[in-house]
Amino acid sequence: MIIDLQRFIANERPFWNELERMLDHLEAEPNARLPLPQLQLFHQLYERTAAGLAKLTTFSSEPETRRYLENLVARAYSEIHETRDKQRRFFPMQWFFQTWPQTFRRHIRAFYLSVAITIAGCLFGGGAILFDPDAKPVLMPFSHLLQNPQQRVAEEEHATHDRLEGVKATFSAELMTHNIRVAILTLALGMSWGCGTIIMLFYNGVILGAVAVDYIRAGETKFLMGWLMPHGVIEIPAILIAGQAGLMLAAAIVGRGSRLPIRSRLRAISPDVSTLIFGVGLMLIWAGFIEAFLSQYHEPVIPYVAKIIFGSVELVLLTVFLARSGGGPKSRVPGPTPEPRQTGE
Amino acid sequence: MNIELKIRTPEGIVFAQVLAGPVTRFFAWFIDQLCINVTLSVLGVVVGMFGYVSFQFAIAFYVISWFIIGIGYGIFFEWAWRGQTIGKKLFRLRVVDVEGMRLQFNQVVVRNLLRFIDELPAFYFVGGTACWLNSKCQRLGDMAANTVVIRAPRVAEPDLDQLLGGKFNSLRQFPHLVARLRQNVSPAEAAIVLQAMLRRDDFDPVARVELFETLAAHFRSRVEFPQEATDGVADEQYLRNVVDVLYRTRTDERPAKTEPAAA
Repeated sequence: MIIDLQRFIANERPFWNELERMLDHLEAEPNARLPLPQLQLFHQLYERTAAGLAKLTTFSSEPETRRYLENLVARAYSEIHETRDKQRRFFPMQWFFQTWPQTFRRHIRAFYLSVAITIAGCLFGGGAILFDPDAKPVLMPFSHLLQNPQQRVAEEEHATHDRLEGVKATFSAELMTHNIRVAILTLALGMSWGCGTIIMLFYNGVILGAVAVDYIRAGETKFLMGWLMPHGVIEIPAILIAGQAGLMLAAAIVGRGSRLPIRSRLRAISPDVSTLIFGVGLMLIWAGFIEAFLSQYHEPVIPYVAKIIFGSVELVLLTVFLARSGGGPKSRVPGPTPEPRQTGE
Repeated sequence: MNIELKIRTPEGIVFAQVLAGPVTRFFAWFIDQLCINVTLSVLGVVVGMFGYVSFQFAIAFYVISWFIIGIGYGIFFEWAWRGQTIGKKLFRLRVVDVEGMRLQFNQVVVRNLLRFIDELPAFYFVGGTACWLNSKCQRLGDMAANTVVIRAPRVAEPDLDQLLGGKFNSLRQFPHLVARLRQNVSPAEAAIVLQAMLRRDDFDPVARVELFETLAAHFRSRVEFPQEATDGVADEQYLRNVVDVLYRTRTDERPAKTEPAAA
């Protein structure tokens, strides 16, 4: 049997148009709440359009109209069957003081793992420099780190002019963008079953450990702390949190101990990954600013003690913020999502 | 061949989304890159003018803007335009949730941030390979965000009036044979002849004659009409008559206008 297509379209078109109009309204204003009669009409139109699609698919193969109806039904379906939290208005302060630290605490085990990998890297890098100082160019492929620490300290402390004069803002911007890029890559590499993220974290640890041991061995511990702490106490945790997000992605892919399908596991962590990486972005903006405008200035311009105290205060504030802000580690319970069956291709 | 993602709703209705292939997506991405480059060029000129006030801050502003536009372009447009960027709009593509649900902001963020791994080592090699290998044409960012890129369909009703309007149909003189034809012809066969008619001007003249000859022979074999109905009727006209009797059951009635009523 083949339906009278022209008559069918002419009869149903007003209903499709009305449904399309309501969908446009709902999609343009995600916070809009329809009154009950409108909701009933919306549901009625969805069912009628879906029935029309079923009829058209069964009794006719006219592709254009069928695709149009499928698109309409798909859009209406997403509005009717969506059970996740509707997009609410974004409140920056609430996000900053509640959502972000709560999200961090909810996945604290991934953070601990991220820290452990970095510490392993530090031990490796530090040990390598300690036992084989000639390995420095291999471990630290950055020219400014290859200099003898004592020589560098002497140059910095006896500098007669500000080498960053006129370029501080540019330097700061470059630091911010570079570090955020590294953080996002660390997160994204979680898709390689976590291998890429682990390598990034370990490698960061290697460089950090090698630099630290190099300066400590040369007796320049105070300079090292005064140089690294003001920005490092924010920058290093930021990379660790990016690693935490990457490891969350990896855990969702591996799915050890979970009976949920991979799609559901990824869907469950996706909002938290976004939250963490936006937090990391803010931390790295701050770190980039401090590194360019404060960290690069040493005694006699700024006493090392002042820089170390500043870094310590930052670290304490960051720790308290991440550990306490927003109350207890609230668990986000996602609403039950109907599992539509995909029928293959 | 189109790859479709079919979703069965709890009501038992199946709808399909036509998935976009890697090549179309690459062209859309290329357009987006052009847009980003044009924006950055314009910004460079504006920042250059501000450079007379403070060169240092102008450069810093440009570096940050370059970074934000590069990353934020996809996030901003896909969120603001419900899964579309300028390139995707041009190529009629749209990002949607893989289960047919509403696209969420965090999905847009995740799929765009994971471009960092998809574009490795260059020109989206990782993402493109994943797209080729994945049954839903998903790059890694799409897999993580549970999204797919579909072809956004265009509404186009078949213009049957233009095709058939006002012409005498010799087949209708034999209603019992018309009924048998409607019974014997499957919807797929009907769709083929309808599409052939609608696209007649797209065909090369020689190919069109051959196609219509083949189709006419096929439909003649399905139901044999008497000679007075087919004598002197060209293959193309015969197929028009077939489409007419298949898709229009009543020629003398105008379709009733119906308006949706509030429940």
